[in-house]
Amino acid sequence: MTSSVGRRRVEEALLPPLVALLVALVVGDILIILVGQSPSAVFRLMLSGTWGNWYGFGQVLYKATTLICTGLAVSVALRAGLFNIGGEGQLAAGGFAAAVTGLVLPAGTPGLIAVPLCIVAALAAGGLVGAIPGVMKARFGAHEVIVTIMLNFIVLAFLNWIVASHLHVPETLHTPDMHAGTVARLMDWVPLFHGSAVNASLFIAIAAAAIVGWMLFRTRGGYELRAVGLQPDAAEYGGVRVGTVWIKAFVISGALAGLGGINYVLGYKHYYEEGFAAGAGFLGIAVALVGRNHPLGVIIAAFLFATLSQGGLAIHALVPKQMVEVLQGVVILAVAAAVPEVRRLVRSARGGVAE
Amino acid sequence: MTAPALAVRMNGIHKSFGPVHANRGAQLEVGAREIHALVGENGAGKSTLMRLLAGLYAPDAGTIEVAGPSGELRDVTGWSTADAIKAGVGMVHQHFMLVRTLTVAENVVLGREPVRGGMLDLARAIADVSRIGDQYGLRVEPARLVGELSVGEAQRVEILKTLFRGARILILDEPTAVLSPLEVKELWGVLRRLREDGATIVLITHKLDEVVDISDRITVMRHGETVARMQTSEATPEAIARAMVGRDVALMGTRNEQGGVRKPSDEIPRGSAPRSSLSVADLVVMNRGLRAVDGVSLNVAPGEILGIAGVEGNGQTELIEAIAGLRPVESGTVKLGQRDVTKASVRDRTESGLAHIPEDRHRRGLVLDYSVADNLILGDQHRYARGATSAWALDDARIGANAQDEIRRFDIRPPDSVLPARALSGGNQQKIVIAREMGGAYDVLLASQPTRGVDVGAIEFIHGQIRAAREAGKAILLVSAELSEILALADRVAVMYGGRIVATLARREATEERLGPLMTGATDTTRPAA
Repeated sequence: MTSSVGRRRVEEALLPPLVALLVALVVGDILIILVGQSPSAVFRLMLSGTWGNWYGFGQVLYKATTLICTGLAVSVALRAGLFNIGGEGQLAAGGFAAAVTGLVLPAGTPGLIAVPLCIVAALAAGGLVGAIPGVMKARFGAHEVIVTIMLNFIVLAFLNWIVASHLHVPETLHTPDMHAGTVARLMDWVPLFHGSAVNASLFIAIAAAAIVGWMLFRTRGGYELRAVGLQPDAAEYGGVRVGTVWIKAFVISGALAGLGGINYVLGYKHYYEEGFAAGAGFLGIAVALVGRNHPLGVIIAAFLFATLSQGGLAIHALVPKQMVEVLQGVVILAVAAAVPEVRRLVRSARGGVAE
Repeated sequence: MTAPALAVRMNGIHKSFGPVHANRGAQLEVGAREIHALVGENGAGKSTLMRLLAGLYAPDAGTIEVAGPSGELRDVTGWSTADAIKAGVGMVHQHFMLVRTLTVAENVVLGREPVRGGMLDLARAIADVSRIGDQYGLRVEPARLVGELSVGEAQRVEILKTLFRGARILILDEPTAVLSPLEVKELWGVLRRLREDGATIVLITHKLDEVVDISDRITVMRHGETVARMQTSEATPEAIARAMVGRDVALMGTRNEQGGVRKPSDEIPRGSAPRSSLSVADLVVMNRGLRAVDGVSLNVAPGEILGIAGVEGNGQTELIEAIAGLRPVESGTVKLGQRDVTKASVRDRTESGLAHIPEDRHRRGLVLDYSVADNLILGDQHRYARGATSAWALDDARIGANAQDEIRRFDIRPPDSVLPARALSGGNQQKIVIAREMGGAYDVLLASQPTRGVDVGAIEFIHGQIRAAREAGKAILLVSAELSEILALADRVAVMYGGRIVATLARREATEERLGPLMTGATDTTRPAA
């Protein structure tokens, strides 16, 4: 009984990203022809620059890691009927907390202790930032879209101020290197990945996706969270405290975005640097929509956007890099047009703001 | 009567929406200057057929003919709404399409405003609306804001609007669903006057007493096909019901067989201790700054059904939601047995033995995108988890077993527990709600509009369940906009008007003639001195 439901969910998760990719390919062809290049040459270059060699593939995996986390963050919120646009700030807060934790720990702390502590710090910081819009919505009815957007500016400015005034290494915009808590790069195990930033955070992100899937579709909390997202009145009737679920969902969402911070901090640079999030928090919205808010779909969509992003660097010689940004936009539009969640959100945002 | 000239002829109509075959070869012949009742269960395809006639959709196959000014039929298959309006075919929809912030006259002329010197000629609009209103007895003040009107008045504005556009063939989709008995009688007066004046009226309904009351001829639809046509003078409610459902049906107490269906209340066996299972005292509930429930007290004993009659919007919704814990109480108390639950959570009340069939299954009663199995545990989800906190997994085996059991006991069709609730018919969706609320243990049942929008067969089933629950000693508070439903089930009848209970009558005293005026705010002059 459950298997047939599970099958339908997987199809639901896989189909839109594939259709979106197809549409993007067709539109991409047209654009490439318009700038006077051969589509096959450009796409061949794009593929060889990403999945075609170990370094490029490693970079795709690295970029996908952060996007899986921020995509999951947006998905969990959307499943509860909430639009979390604060991923950028939550991601930065998570990275910052992980870096500071690694800085506070004495050098030589075993990784088995230090890494979990840094991860918990990232989750907690993201969750804390996420709790703010959750509480404000549940207690005061503040619209979460406005609160999360504004909170991005506040969080980023606050972190920048701390780094600039207290924590930066002179002449730079980053914190000193962590003493403990770093995770291994894949190239340490597989030399072929040499030079690419992909690291063990990838496995943590995939594990997070599995846990989110279990939470959403197997547990009572997930049952109630999805009911709140689909029909808050029915959830309330079913004895669910809607405001509490909103807060919980926002904390989980923020924590997942915060988790994304470990990829850069624990796995790559080993310090927090101003602007490291670089839009990955916002791109999480697109990843969630293309992935239909399903953890498996989110993973696939994260790879898709990571490929486009890395591929943009590879084809720079033939076409403008902005071409890839256009393609990303096309993918997002193609999926957004087909995703019921978007239509519902637009409707609720209209009604919600007017009230 | 000689064979009348036809106003409408529809033949071999097919219309599909994706996999749903709404009309499959439906036929309809409506004589000129008649009131024609189009009846059938929910989902029989009545509304679709009429929307095809009004030009909202085009049929997949079949022909539609409408009489022109000369009285001769001409083929109009696939015409647009604009064409239909021009040819004098107008539809009054179930959901009103009015601008609340404009006046009655402004709403009526919207789209074809009388103009003088480039400006809206409001005086003429008001004069036009008054003239049409007077002509047909559609009483409503043209200068009032639509937002201030009652539902019955708003419906009159909709009819005025259709007439203002020159409609000679009027289609009314379930027009009485929102009206009080008095307003229904007024509507019948309007329709008869329109008929005398030469208009043709098609009335969509599934209420048999209305069909018998007002129509000249009847067309019965079932599963998208036309299954029977009859003269009203030769038809009985039983015959119509048989045609609608395709088998014999026990009709609920209509006015002609009042009280005949069930035993009078004083013969009902009761437990020896007549303690109240539900008691509400001096309850005040606010809605949008108004006292929607204004000092209501009531008691329901075990083995008793207290029916609340009243026109919708007189505080019934707020009363039920406050008892269920879905709306905060301003003052007063709610008790389940001896336990004060005035401030208890929804879940607390469920645990204390309260079951609740909500009035709106699409908004509250079901999560439409959840499977039947998942809907059958809504409100009980914590009992199906493997542990106490929300982080524990739900026990799919038990959820599945519960679904199999309740699907069988309550005959939910199709018997497929993984289908989303959205995919089921209205009657079967309601059976999910009934199964969940009445299938387990409880002492007090709130049944709000338990048969709204479900077909005759499902009504029969649901009423049977409610009667059985009474025999099993449950205390039942029943709210229904259908007076016939209240009269068929209740032991006592309380009438709600303006947020108050204006009268409580024993079943034997409760007649439609007496309840009707009470429901519209008249004081009860027939109350016996005792």
